[in-house]
Amino acid sequence: MSTPIIALDDVRKTYNEGTPIAQEVLHGVSFTVNKGEFTALIGPSGSGKSTLLNILGLLEPASSGSYRLNGQEVGQASEDERTRARLSTLGFVFQFHHLLPAFTALENVLMPALMRDRDYTSTCRTEALQLLEAVGLAHAVNKKPTALSGGMQQRVAIARSLILTPKIVLADEPTGNLDTQTADDIFALLRRFNQERGTAFLIVTHDPRLAERCDRKIRLVDGVIAEDVREPAH
Amino acid sequence: MMKFERTLALRFLREGRMQTALIIGGTSIGVSLIIFITGVITGVQADLVDRTLGTQSHIVIRPPDEVNSPQFYNGYRPVVLATTQARAQRLRSIDQWQYLAAELATLPEVVALTPTVSGPGFVLRGEVDKSITIYGIDPEPYVQVTKLDEKIVTGSLDLNPDDAIIGIELAKDLGVGVGDKVYLKTARSTGSAFNIRGIYDIGNRDANRRLVYVNLRTGQAILDLAGGASSLDIAVKDVFTAEKIASTLRQRTDQKVESWEQTNRELYTALANQTIMTRIVRTFVAVIVAIGITSVLVVSVVQKQKEIGILRAIGASRGDILRVFLIQGAVIGVIGAIVGCVVGTGLMALGSRVLRAADGSTLFQVQFSPELYASAALVALVFGLLAATVPARRAAGLDPAKAIRV
Repeated sequence: MSTPIIALDDVRKTYNEGTPIAQEVLHGVSFTVNKGEFTALIGPSGSGKSTLLNILGLLEPASSGSYRLNGQEVGQASEDERTRARLSTLGFVFQFHHLLPAFTALENVLMPALMRDRDYTSTCRTEALQLLEAVGLAHAVNKKPTALSGGMQQRVAIARSLILTPKIVLADEPTGNLDTQTADDIFALLRRFNQERGTAFLIVTHDPRLAERCDRKIRLVDGVIAEDVREPAH
Repeated sequence: MMKFERTLALRFLREGRMQTALIIGGTSIGVSLIIFITGVITGVQADLVDRTLGTQSHIVIRPPDEVNSPQFYNGYRPVVLATTQARAQRLRSIDQWQYLAAELATLPEVVALTPTVSGPGFVLRGEVDKSITIYGIDPEPYVQVTKLDEKIVTGSLDLNPDDAIIGIELAKDLGVGVGDKVYLKTARSTGSAFNIRGIYDIGNRDANRRLVYVNLRTGQAILDLAGGASSLDIAVKDVFTAEKIASTLRQRTDQKVESWEQTNRELYTALANQTIMTRIVRTFVAVIVAIGITSVLVVSVVQKQKEIGILRAIGASRGDILRVFLIQGAVIGVIGAIVGCVVGTGLMALGSRVLRAADGSTLFQVQFSPELYASAALVALVFGLLAATVPARRAAGLDPAKAIRV
């Protein structure tokens, strides 16, 4: 069995630690995500999904427990180490697209590559154009985000999340702001990349319809995993 | 180098076009003000010094005053007299002035040096006689010290043994012009006739009426100082360092050393105060520019919180974000400096045409000093960077998890 991409063991998160208003929002979460897995993280509002995603995305540290990302312990890693790991191992897709409005679609996709290589390399440029073509935006590479529809912006964000071939893409309600048809298209796109490139996806969603179409469903309730179900192959 | 940070910084600046234009405009105005104020004050001061000094040199070395010794020796021991009368100062030469001149000429600060003789005399023309100061000069080195050649309005500065150069006021008083003859004498000599070779105007009525220049040897003869020099006139590289150099010379020679600052104490104090005021104004302008840059960049950080959050989330380090904003400060500073230098130069050129002295002449000459531009540009760059530090640190310190949810 290969090393899991994500391995959480008894991860806890307490906000305002050491103060009278301290509040533990994750109470010992443990699970692993393997290469190529297509997982939905579901749960009601306030269950700790966002906190868990922030910890998985190395945007905030866990209060205790172990977090191994691609075999490396990153739970107590320094700010610099976490930044490097974010760039090299993780891809992000946010609910509200979160593109940089001053840059074109192509430049947005190339942004992580520019961060890593400190320049626009021709390899990355080709890769970015291929990704934009794959998400159906070959005609819009030079358009600014404001000239694109919500669905198109999310496609650009997906292309951006894949530019450095991450091991896993963390998607925070990627279809939450889209109409049903566009949401289905985006979901299908994520699925396609998962199957074609073997990239693992962990998708936070409120949409039970989409969650049902994932390989695996992790339900978080009140900061603990209430359910972890692997669906039969689709 | 830093392509990622540069790309972001420039794009952020381009995106906030209006803000960027305003702050670059503000910085440019600040830099141009610094250039203009400094240029005008430096020009006016140089002009004022030039006009006031007229034919004065930067440093003059004269023989020490003669003093009566309040002692005499009675064969056994010195006896101190109760009172002595101050001695009248007769015209004397600097002792061994040739050696002193050779020594002074080797000093790196000294650009020109000339021996002169000067003493009281009279000019006579017909029924008129006027009290004057006779100045014996060697024209060639003398013009390097005082630029008398630039003050000649008629005739020339070539001084043959029986030639004299007089001021424009004296020429009027005597009713003479170039080629006319006047009679020069001292109280103790019989004197002789001189041809008026040139007429000067050094911008000072009293001096124009009083100073009469003759050849050095002729002067030595008239003033009974054969081979002597009653003073050594020195020009130094930087006119405002004259007193400093003079004080060094005082420690190295027994002669009397006077700088133009000493002889024109009030002017010097006024100039020094003016320089201090200019520095204060410049500092305030620079601080105001820095505050402007800081406030605009702070607003920019607030506006771009979300973008900073995204960048941090997808892998930009705190250092990357810090540099993005520092570069913005530097770019604002550099562009502001370039535009400011151009505008400041234009203002200076305009000012030198428009601003006039009381007599209608130009108030100052524009001086294009590379040091001024370099220092103004450096100030803008350093202040731009310093001003960007606060917003840059603030941007780098943003919590990405919170920033992306703004």
